[in-house]
Amino acid sequence: MSNWPLFVSQLFNGLVLGALLALISSGLTIIYGTLGVLNLAHGAMFMLGGYAGYVAYTYTESFIVAVIAGSLFVMVAGVAMERIIIRRFYGRPDEDQLLVTFGLGICFVEVVRLFFGSLSLTVPPPTIFSGITSLGFMFYPTYRLALLGIIAAALLVLFLVLYRTRLGLIVRAGIEDSVMVSSLGIDVYRVFMVVFGIGAMAAGFAGIVNAPVVSLTPDMGEAILVQTFVVVVIGGVGSFPGAIIGGLIAGEIISITSMINPGYAYIMLFAAMTLVLLLRPHGLLGAQGRG
Amino acid sequence: MKKIFEQEFNAAVSRRSLLQGSAGLIGGLMLPGGLIMPAFADDKPAIGTWPAGSAGSSVTIGAAVPRTGTYAVQGEDELKGWELAVEHINSGHELMKKFAPKLKKGLLGKEVKLVVADSGAKPNEAVQAEQRFISENKVVLMTGSTSSAVAVALNKLAQREHVLYVAGISGSNDTTGKDCVRYGFRQGFYGQTAAAAIAPVLIKQFGKNKKVAYMTPDYTYGHTVTKSMQDMTKDAGWTTVTNQVSPLGAPDYSSYLLNVANSGADILINVNWGHDAVLSIQQAKQFGVLDKMKLVVPYQVPFLARETGGLMTGVYAATDYWWTVEDKYPLAKMFNESFKKKYGYNPEWGAENSYVSFAQWAHMVEEAGTFYPPDVIKTYEKGETIPSLLGDVHYRPEDHQCVRPVIIVKGKAKKDMKNDEDWYDIVEIVPGEGIIQKPDAFGCKLGDYT
Repeated sequence: MSNWPLFVSQLFNGLVLGALLALISSGLTIIYGTLGVLNLAHGAMFMLGGYAGYVAYTYTESFIVAVIAGSLFVMVAGVAMERIIIRRFYGRPDEDQLLVTFGLGICFVEVVRLFFGSLSLTVPPPTIFSGITSLGFMFYPTYRLALLGIIAAALLVLFLVLYRTRLGLIVRAGIEDSVMVSSLGIDVYRVFMVVFGIGAMAAGFAGIVNAPVVSLTPDMGEAILVQTFVVVVIGGVGSFPGAIIGGLIAGEIISITSMINPGYAYIMLFAAMTLVLLLRPHGLLGAQGRG
Repeated sequence: MKKIFEQEFNAAVSRRSLLQGSAGLIGGLMLPGGLIMPAFADDKPAIGTWPAGSAGSSVTIGAAVPRTGTYAVQGEDELKGWELAVEHINSGHELMKKFAPKLKKGLLGKEVKLVVADSGAKPNEAVQAEQRFISENKVVLMTGSTSSAVAVALNKLAQREHVLYVAGISGSNDTTGKDCVRYGFRQGFYGQTAAAAIAPVLIKQFGKNKKVAYMTPDYTYGHTVTKSMQDMTKDAGWTTVTNQVSPLGAPDYSSYLLNVANSGADILINVNWGHDAVLSIQQAKQFGVLDKMKLVVPYQVPFLARETGGLMTGVYAATDYWWTVEDKYPLAKMFNESFKKKYGYNPEWGAENSYVSFAQWAHMVEEAGTFYPPDVIKTYEKGETIPSLLGDVHYRPEDHQCVRPVIIVKGKAKKDMKNDEDWYDIVEIVPGEGIIQKPDAFGCKLGDYT
């Protein structure tokens, strides 16, 4: 390695990219793990979080209000989606669930396009995080540094909810055996609604905290959705720690490959996924569980 | 489990192709009936959609344009240009008559209709849509692109199906170069002409022996524009220190920009287009790259200045059209006025390219006096001088490329803008003859008429 500063820079950037992927993927994997629904509208919910936050920002000019509004809006949208549509599909074949979530995703994108058009929109980072920070070996946008902390905190909160609360216990038990949980007298469907809301909120939160890094377009969820699925497959479907590990691995693969030959970054990502599937069909941390 | 995820990916990657595929299948089933036509005189045997497409009181044009994805903004602008041109053809508008003096109301007295499909800038979806338009609507002309990968694919379809194709926005040298066809035409500028026009300006501005970092989208447009820029600046001693190739619609450019920041380049030449250009330039600013090196956008992106919120200040770009040319060209003024009246803003070059392509096609059809494709092609191939919004131009018979001026613009500082659409100063209008390569430079072989 002839260029250590660049290598370290890319390693670090991979961490930031990976953290974002981990956050989005965690929502996807929690919903799948608990409800057995592969939510193809997850990318669109990431996008909705960005736009809802943008609207809040234009009225209040407060980034914190934008983050709260973006997250809550998508949580409410997620709960509504679960109550009105998704719950009717729990017992149906996987193909039906895929089609309905896929269709909902398209609807969300087109509604946003109708109201906002396709021209990209921007949400600036909070003033204290604007500018560039010198890390010694490189210069890095301050907000991306802050983003690492913000996402780490969000993932910690999710972890505590899942592993240190009664709700988390039920959710994890539901992943293992939802029939047994139900027969213990727990209203599984209510839990399902809450889980869907939390999963959606994770996507919405990711959408708005990521908004200052990218510019918002109605299609922004599409590319990220594919990457998110790769992360979930690598980490193991339904596994929260798996989503985090998978996200970080994906981020590093993209960054390190980009340093050597940018054209191969996404090919390497899929190659890694294939390798994992060959060696561990259930992903790195995936349980036998559903399948 | 694995199986579910495989289905998953297929669905995620090609949601629109799935939907359009089924529509295309229905179209395909209808094809055999549509091709049975009464025999016509031997000198004009049935070919492509002729004579079925022009037998009634109207003719149809099929447009496959990105309305979603990274090129959606530019696609919408193109669509507006086509819509306005169709409206002007049907009403016999004064501006359209400047292009096609024989035109009355409608083309050869027939009303022109436009059918539109979303291509998402993906070649397979564009081809499926046009295939459907050919079989269902018997289109007499195809248009669309905003991605040269689409333009090249539609070129091939046009030649195979014997239906005329005028490219929309398409910057690859290959469109009328290596992949040229008898049935395809291009009005707009492209990588090689952009590079030939802008390189002398850049060398004069920044000097000789510069280190350059490129950002290139990974398809025919990106690679040919980058290659042309490298060729045109080589003699001045400009060297490429890094070339960051990225996929269309990349969600983040940070990894590429770290490489650029680390490359020691003096100049960043960003060939990305559409939202990719917006995102990569905004992130270049975030990473401090724009403070370290000069930015050049050789192939200008409509709405880029607006979308990046002023990051184009001082940046040079080559373009087909910028609305302030109206001070010099009366037809441009008429076009801007019509466009602004209908859509509320000054047209960018996507709309200009669309409008002019249709107007020039209308000219050829009126001159030929028929929609019979070989006759229309031969009228184009006379290479006669015809109008554009930037003065007289002509199509070359050898490769079907319009020889036309390229405009060099430079982004204005916010304080110098006279109104909220006054984003650029025009640096130079470079005549086409001096900058266009020889017709066979990229290996064009046109193919047959029938």
